[in-house]
Amino acid sequence: MKTLNVNGESRQVDVADGTPLLWVIRENLAMTGTKFGCGEGLCGACTVHVNGVAVRSCQTSIDALEDGAKITTIEGLHPTNEHPLQLAWIEEQVPQCGYCQSGQIMQAAELLEINPSPTRAEIVEHMSGNLCRCMTYDRIVRAIEKAAG
Amino acid sequence: MNIQNSKKPNGLTRRAFLVRSSASTAVLSMGFGFVPELANAATDGVISPNMYFDLDSDGKVKVYVTKAEMGQHIGTALAQILAEELEVAWEDVSVEYVGYDPRYGFHFTAGSYSVNWTFDLMSRAGAAGRIALIEAAAEKLGGSTADYSVSKGLITGNGQSITYGELAAMGIEPRALDEDEMGAITLKSPDQRTIVGTSVQALDIPAKTRGEAKYAIDAMVDGMVYAMPVTAPVRAGATVKSVDDSAAKDMPGYIKHLIFSDPFGLQTGLVVVVADSYWTANQAAQKLVIDYDLGPNANVSLADIHAEGDRLLADRSAGSLFVNDGDVDTAMAAADQVIEAEFTTGPNLHMQLEPLNATVEIIDGVHHIHTGCQFQTALVGMLGALGITEDKIVIHQYLLGGGFGRRADPDEVFMAVLLAQELGTPVKFLYSREADLHTDFSRPAVNIKLMAGIKDGSIDAWDHLSASAWYFMRAAPANLTPDLSGDPEKLIDVPTISGAEHWYTIPNQRILQFNNAVAQAATPPGVLRSVSAGCQCFAIESFIDEIAAVLDEDPADLRRRMLDGAGKNAGEGPSAGGALRLADSLNSVIERSGYGSEQPENTAIGLASVPSQERINAAWTACAANVTVDKATGEFKVNKLTITTEPGTIINPDGVKAQAMGSAMWGLSLAIKEDPKFENGNHVANNFDVYTPARMSDLPELDIEVVSTDNYPTGMGEPATTVVAPAIANAIFAACGARVRSLPITAAKVLAAMNA
Repeated sequence: MKTLNVNGESRQVDVADGTPLLWVIRENLAMTGTKFGCGEGLCGACTVHVNGVAVRSCQTSIDALEDGAKITTIEGLHPTNEHPLQLAWIEEQVPQCGYCQSGQIMQAAELLEINPSPTRAEIVEHMSGNLCRCMTYDRIVRAIEKAAG
Repeated sequence: MNIQNSKKPNGLTRRAFLVRSSASTAVLSMGFGFVPELANAATDGVISPNMYFDLDSDGKVKVYVTKAEMGQHIGTALAQILAEELEVAWEDVSVEYVGYDPRYGFHFTAGSYSVNWTFDLMSRAGAAGRIALIEAAAEKLGGSTADYSVSKGLITGNGQSITYGELAAMGIEPRALDEDEMGAITLKSPDQRTIVGTSVQALDIPAKTRGEAKYAIDAMVDGMVYAMPVTAPVRAGATVKSVDDSAAKDMPGYIKHLIFSDPFGLQTGLVVVVADSYWTANQAAQKLVIDYDLGPNANVSLADIHAEGDRLLADRSAGSLFVNDGDVDTAMAAADQVIEAEFTTGPNLHMQLEPLNATVEIIDGVHHIHTGCQFQTALVGMLGALGITEDKIVIHQYLLGGGFGRRADPDEVFMAVLLAQELGTPVKFLYSREADLHTDFSRPAVNIKLMAGIKDGSIDAWDHLSASAWYFMRAAPANLTPDLSGDPEKLIDVPTISGAEHWYTIPNQRILQFNNAVAQAATPPGVLRSVSAGCQCFAIESFIDEIAAVLDEDPADLRRRMLDGAGKNAGEGPSAGGALRLADSLNSVIERSGYGSEQPENTAIGLASVPSQERINAAWTACAANVTVDKATGEFKVNKLTITTEPGTIINPDGVKAQAMGSAMWGLSLAIKEDPKFENGNHVANNFDVYTPARMSDLPELDIEVVSTDNYPTGMGEPATTVVAPAIANAIFAACGARVRSLPITAAKVLAAMNA
């Protein structure tokens, strides 16, 4: 049994040792905004924040999380889903199939926390681990630039 | 794919359009009913309720969408078409996705045909609603329909007004429009439109920014278990001899394993692991000891596939005749010069980001299937062959986390159904990325040999030979069509030759298609974004530049003089205007890209101009690729892609631009990033580390222009996919003289070609 702080709520989870955080979030906590894409940390669809740091939840074992670890998923990024990135994502009409977008937004949110005014090169460097198979990369860049103001 | 013949675009035959009030709620529903039932139209249950749209007492319109939503925002486009003619405010429109209902006809989303097949239908469905509502208003308010007009759901006339919502609340008399009336409706002219042609925001996007969008993988059913396939070490032809699960048995949550026998033979050598969670299934799978008979393809490599293709093309005798204009043999014999080149591609993979999955729950004998499917009609047909009748099937359609053609083959779905039956419990059948990759139906590897006979400085004869695995031969043999030779043994597989029939005017032209049996057995073929046009256009457009080099003519000029719109290249139907429209797109990218102007050293601009799709559904697309090559290493950088595409009437310009951008990046990715190595009967890659679609770091500068014309709309899901690879290849050739004739183009190939 482990207690996690998920989007500000204390949640107790009881899963097999070694279970990746991704499946804890999706199956045990029934929060499906975080996606499974590759299972190997190669695509970024499962990106969430652990204590404010963007991680690949498919590569984050429950064993590695301390009790009370703060987990933020797309559902908890902003109380009314109006994070500047979420608004910019709509304004720029970024998503196509949309499957990677939770991970993209969580990865971008970390960037803006670290670096509120990233250059284009810094955006590309920070985001290139997140695969978009629809390849709407051009609009992701534009939306991040818009959200950064 | 040429599936248009199996479904008339406008679906009005033998049917009449009905507008009626629901007996129980203040909702108007509108849709088609069969003519013989019209006499009883007012009786509940006689006609289909809620067929194309509902209108409620608040004036809200819900449009029912039968197309799969997989990134193209098709629901928004179809709703725009209907709302335009219905005359409602866009803010009042929403969409709902239909799983499966035979009354809608063919459930199939592919080939960029969604708008092309439904523009007229959805327009008339909306117009019929408007007509019925105005008639109802005249009935209630007095006067004739001519006294009234409508804007944004408000009907005014005779100094009075009434809203659509008020009419819905009051209820209206059923109104049937017969086939003649439907056909006689005058649809709006382009200048009258206020919704079609505007970039309204896509209705599916907000939920996708909040983690609220639901894909099939997100379906949760009480009491479900998780099942995961384990694939054999060869793509096709293996059988499972035995499974030892003793190391998995004591894992908490492990339930069992099954050796899966696919009744359709689509997948081979599968073991399915069942557990109480996906992770447990995944871990248990690694503890199974499976003994395989690897079957007949265990030693096949991509080199073997291409060698068989070479053999077929050299021998020629097995070719099926797809196009035969003029007399190629005579013209070749009389040519001043014959130029020849051969092009190859490998078995490219879909790698849609949502791994294959389906969740099935059987309730009182009814199979509830949670899926994101591109081809529900095929799925229902397959289930029927397994003895599951339509009344025992409910398809719950979700958003698709990418389709790109992979979800046009519903193999994972019927397997999930069989698992639910076998296990007697609801099941989520979820693939690992590795299993998704190794069960993919790839874009067939091709060998394409092109020959051009030059006479008096022009191309007088064109011979196009293409060998590959054939899609219909695997998926739907009844759809193979006779060739032009009249030999009953010779058949054509349209999906894997489409795109070869270009729009350049050449007097003598022949296309021969060959089935590569080695590829057919070892790499079961599928349909991948842009289907065979992606390969055919790479070969054709590269070859045009090769010919231009031999003729010492600017490749732009050679294209322009052959894009003259003469004869069959005048086009017809949605493609009317033909090659001249393609020339317009070509000229636009030439002008915008700076083609022909001085470029920095080792930098050049390459061109390509393609119809992108079939001749009946052409989207006129041109690309200018600006590329810099390092001559010492062969490394190259795509600096910029300048693209123009014109698909006729554009419903949503921003949505079309997004599709053009995505498909252009797909084109780039297939051209230079995705290397589908195949050895020992299997794809070498397991995941995104070895199979590497383009990432943000590969994004070049993009200048994408979408042009709307008054022509009937074609399709925009794929066009720019086909045009990028040859434009890059031509730019590299122009920059350093290296002609690379196989995809992907790599630094090593450039270097080798430079030294060739």
